[in-house]
Amino acid sequence: MAAHRRRCSVVLLSIFSLSLINVAHSQETTAPAGQYVSASVDPQTETAEKKAEQPAAEGRWEETEVGNMDLGDAATETPDSLSHENVFSPSVSEPKHDFREELVIRPLHSGDIYASFQFRTLWKTNFRENKVSHYRLFPKSLGQVISKFSVRELHISFTQGYWRTMQWGQPYQPAPPGTELWVWFQDSVTDVDGTWKKLTNVLSGIFCASLNFIDSTNTVQPSASFKPLGVGNATDHRFLRYATLPREIVCTENLTPWKKLLPCGSTAGLAVLLKSEKLFHSSFHSQAVHIRPICHDWECKATSWELRQTVNVVFDRHISAQGKREWSLFKMFSRTLTEACPLASSSKIYVDITDSPQGEQLELSPPTSLLSQAVALGDRRTFSVYDLKQQSTFGMTHSLNLLIRWKSNEGDMLRPLLHAERYVAGYGLHMGEIHTLMYNNHPYRSFPVLLLESVPWYLRLYIHTLTVTSKGKDNKPSYIHYQPSKDRVRPHLLEMLIQLPPISVTEVTVQFERALLKWTEYTPDPNHGFYVGSSVISSLVPSIVAMDTNMTQERPLFSSFFPNKEESTYFTRVYTEPLLVNLPTPDFSMPYNVICLTCTVVAVGYGSLYNLLTRSFQVEEPSPGLAKRIANVIRKMRGVPPL
Amino acid sequence: MGLLSDPNRRRALISLLVRLNTPISVVCYFAGVAWFMGLAFEPFTLRTYMSENAMGSTMVEERFPAGERALASGKEFSAHKKKVGGMPVDWLVKTMQDRGLEVFTQRFSRTLPFPDENKERYMVKGTNVYGILRAPRAPRTEALVLSAPCSPGDQNNQAVGLLLGLAQYFRSQIFWAKDIIFLVNEHDLIGMQAWLEGYHHTNTTGMDWSPLQGRGGSIQAALTLELSTDVITSMDLVLEGLNGQLPNLDLANLFYAFCQKIGILCTIQGKLQRNDWDSVSGYSHSIQTLMMMVMKQASGRPWGDHGLFLRYHIEAATVKGVNSFRQYKTDATTIGRLLEGMYRKLNNLLERLHQSYFFYLLPSLSHFVSIGYYMPAFGLLTVILLLRVSFRIFHLEVSSPGVLSVLTPLVISHLTGAALYALPTRFQEIAVEHFPVSETEAVVLTAIAVYTAGLALPHNTHRLLTGEGTEQGWRVLKLVAVLYLAVLLGCTALINFSLGFILALTLVPAAVLVTPHRPKVLTAFTLVILSPACTLLFSVFFFQELQEMPVTFQEGWLLYLSVISQGILDHFLYGSLVFPLIALLVYPCWLLFWNILFWK
Repeated sequence: MAAHRRRCSVVLLSIFSLSLINVAHSQETTAPAGQYVSASVDPQTETAEKKAEQPAAEGRWEETEVGNMDLGDAATETPDSLSHENVFSPSVSEPKHDFREELVIRPLHSGDIYASFQFRTLWKTNFRENKVSHYRLFPKSLGQVISKFSVRELHISFTQGYWRTMQWGQPYQPAPPGTELWVWFQDSVTDVDGTWKKLTNVLSGIFCASLNFIDSTNTVQPSASFKPLGVGNATDHRFLRYATLPREIVCTENLTPWKKLLPCGSTAGLAVLLKSEKLFHSSFHSQAVHIRPICHDWECKATSWELRQTVNVVFDRHISAQGKREWSLFKMFSRTLTEACPLASSSKIYVDITDSPQGEQLELSPPTSLLSQAVALGDRRTFSVYDLKQQSTFGMTHSLNLLIRWKSNEGDMLRPLLHAERYVAGYGLHMGEIHTLMYNNHPYRSFPVLLLESVPWYLRLYIHTLTVTSKGKDNKPSYIHYQPSKDRVRPHLLEMLIQLPPISVTEVTVQFERALLKWTEYTPDPNHGFYVGSSVISSLVPSIVAMDTNMTQERPLFSSFFPNKEESTYFTRVYTEPLLVNLPTPDFSMPYNVICLTCTVVAVGYGSLYNLLTRSFQVEEPSPGLAKRIANVIRKMRGVPPL
Repeated sequence: MGLLSDPNRRRALISLLVRLNTPISVVCYFAGVAWFMGLAFEPFTLRTYMSENAMGSTMVEERFPAGERALASGKEFSAHKKKVGGMPVDWLVKTMQDRGLEVFTQRFSRTLPFPDENKERYMVKGTNVYGILRAPRAPRTEALVLSAPCSPGDQNNQAVGLLLGLAQYFRSQIFWAKDIIFLVNEHDLIGMQAWLEGYHHTNTTGMDWSPLQGRGGSIQAALTLELSTDVITSMDLVLEGLNGQLPNLDLANLFYAFCQKIGILCTIQGKLQRNDWDSVSGYSHSIQTLMMMVMKQASGRPWGDHGLFLRYHIEAATVKGVNSFRQYKTDATTIGRLLEGMYRKLNNLLERLHQSYFFYLLPSLSHFVSIGYYMPAFGLLTVILLLRVSFRIFHLEVSSPGVLSVLTPLVISHLTGAALYALPTRFQEIAVEHFPVSETEAVVLTAIAVYTAGLALPHNTHRLLTGEGTEQGWRVLKLVAVLYLAVLLGCTALINFSLGFILALTLVPAAVLVTPHRPKVLTAFTLVILSPACTLLFSVFFFQELQEMPVTFQEGWLLYLSVISQGILDHFLYGSLVFPLIALLVYPCWLLFWNILFWK
């Protein structure tokens, strides 16, 4: 681990970045077959790179800065960064709490705009040993949840809309439509299922969401797809629970409790921008909460809890900007910024200007002198940075209304290296087939992906019909983990490790039969259909940086012969669209007719049949005369046979 | 209840049935026909009403402004179409992309079993272009489709223009909850078939198509737009789909409601609504509309591009702009508003359209006849068959004739049916070689030849196997044939009422009349008149009459030949079931009666 970190810092020294946007998101994926290379960068290196970059900073600024930037500006930046360095220095007595906020704005090629908020609260404490009662920045409601339910890691996301990978590229925080919740419990938990049930109910209350609908029928325990993102090397998936609610609708009622978890609430800082009427006037909205333990210092002697709250939102050019390629903070959020959150140790806005570092395509106003580079999602990106902690950012008007304008419509997006789609094939209400397509657009490298499919029990998968084909040939998965469903108890779980050949489409198909539910099991709107949650594709994708054949031009020759490990692959997760499947549905408006019909059929049909079957037909004898009857009575009394 | 179990009363009932069998049958037949004719009488029908709450009470405002611009892009489309000489794929892709849609194309090719002379095509190659408007904040689970065919010549340019105009306008709205797919399909039904098969990844008809790259989840509803003029006088709604399937009645209601709201004249079967139901002409107007619908439904072919959606349980209809010589004119903006309103209401749907009827007949757009009302008409006709069955059973002697004497005609007539189904397409090459005819004519004439040959074949063959036919033999055979017919018609009517009813109208009298003891020539003539082929011939003339386009016998005969070829093509291209049903089941059944007539 230590050697690994050292290598990280070296890399970061050389690449000069003020912040890692998403390298921290790359995650250790322990592949069962061992193909995966661990490429984790621990989050605290993010703070470490700050101080590491400083010596190099002044020399590099002049190379990358925009025209109007002079050394003086760089100098003003330096003390500020140094003060940060002091705050984060592990040697000095560090604070137990830390809060940082940032907003990344990525102008998309379609003219849409992607805004990603991240709020990070750090707290050096140990929920396991001592009872915590005093909360400062960390929200108490979540702290209590962690200690009460012995949660090691908790990841919950609420998403409205589907991330369009082909138009927008990779998101910083991928999330499936609806709600996704996955939790690693401490290994001290004995009744994981019971705790999970309680936890979902509590979270349901905290976030005002229907998480209480998570039960055993939609919970799975993935064996490989979801590994802990924080410290610790527990990989026993008995302590992992994963569930999605693809139908969950996300709205203001979920955003309000989410905002209340922030130290500044929505009164100051970047959170001021989170106005629900604008956030939900968008093409995509995703909010998430991630809690995990991370190392607090270099030696990793103590762990601290990290709470990351994120909001990702994409605004549509045609809907919100009248088709113009021009955006401002006001246009996006109907708010401008006037201050940073006073509690935050850092508050920054990053604008991705990779496509026009010299301002040839994008125009920013007010212009900023600060530039930053980071490797995010396998690509080296350049960002303009607005530091809200500096008064000068707000200028004379004391408010920041960042304006982004495209100068031209040109420029093509690099096709995302990995994307996926899924659909239901066939027609009729008896059988169907789920097709999952995974595209590898890399020109020459193949890479493995882990596919996770969790299908509800009422679609009975015929697992013998499972086929995986790439380029027309059978592609045998190197690892398959399949857990069959049990009716009304648990869903199907299918995990596969598949190698995707370069420039190919890999198609996974499996047939299913639609079950006939009991009449009380139908939802109130059965003709809408039933949802099947997104499949999850987790992968270490070869990064675009490594694909770049011109890298020798930018870098010293000695550093560029072997592809660098950290940059050669990056972790990403791709979610497919959820499926809407119609099940055979009775006509619920017909019970009266059915009752009438059945009664009639039973009465007429069965009644007469029963009558025929049970009645014995006999030939009737004419009744004897009165005298004969009297004679018979007498004969009976005498004990002789009657006449 | 005692009626059946009491032997005396049972006997009385049976004797009554046997004695009055013929009068009851006659009464039933005429009652059935009268019932059917009564269906068009307005007091006997129900007013249409919107059953789906999600579409009924919600208000939508139609604001589509850009009719003129839509027509302009229609002109541009037609110019590009002329230039390319077919589907202007590149132009469409670019135009749709400019409007902010995700655009995909699909190539397809299909070699028809024999050349289609009506549309002059044999080896069909084409490209579908479709753009998906992604609904904001929707997870790609549901979609609506708006399609316009790219027809040859000057047809439908305005439809494509309006489609593009709507796409542009829809794109800037935030309220969409379902993806909207704008599809321009080439080669009308063949392109649509390719697209639908690609979308659902099925292959039922052996067509070659490239897989689709983009999808929008399960399609909830679809409309096909046909518009060939800038100014229209009325909108026509076409509902009849493949195999006589109809979309949910709510879709028709929705169209009617918006036409009323916006003030567009709307027609069905090209016939306007009339208010004078109590006059003779008013009644004859609505019975004509109803009969048009019955004829179209019975044909089992899709009467618009929408017809193929119905197989996939997607409610779909075709909306046609008609320019006739009326005073009242409507412009493209108004039609755009009509479609906008319909799509907004469809967008509001929470569930698939399922509340209203799937089985109905429409004597006018404002009135409908539900399955509960029209089924008795058919029921009265089939009752006759059941009466005959009971009559036969009670007349049958105990000694049963050999199984072979019944089985042989059955097998032979079915083999003839199989030949009728298989031979025309198989032997077209041979026929073309030996006779001076085109492939299409070869197919049709082979079909007619096999059909006629069938008349000569079976009625002698049973003797070859079992010797002299007995009196008992034909009775059993007739019993089997009548039962067979009853089951066949019953099943057909459940799926496609119109087809079942029309077949019952002719085949039931044939089944009742035929015995070997009647005058041969006269009965044979009657039987031929009542045979399925002649029914089709009469239907062709009758349909032309209903359309107010009467034809001479010569034209009618040519039309009849083309109808046969179209029917066979529909089966091979789209999977229509009418041709196999007639060839494999109805025709053999009729041959059985033919067989009985010539029983010796």
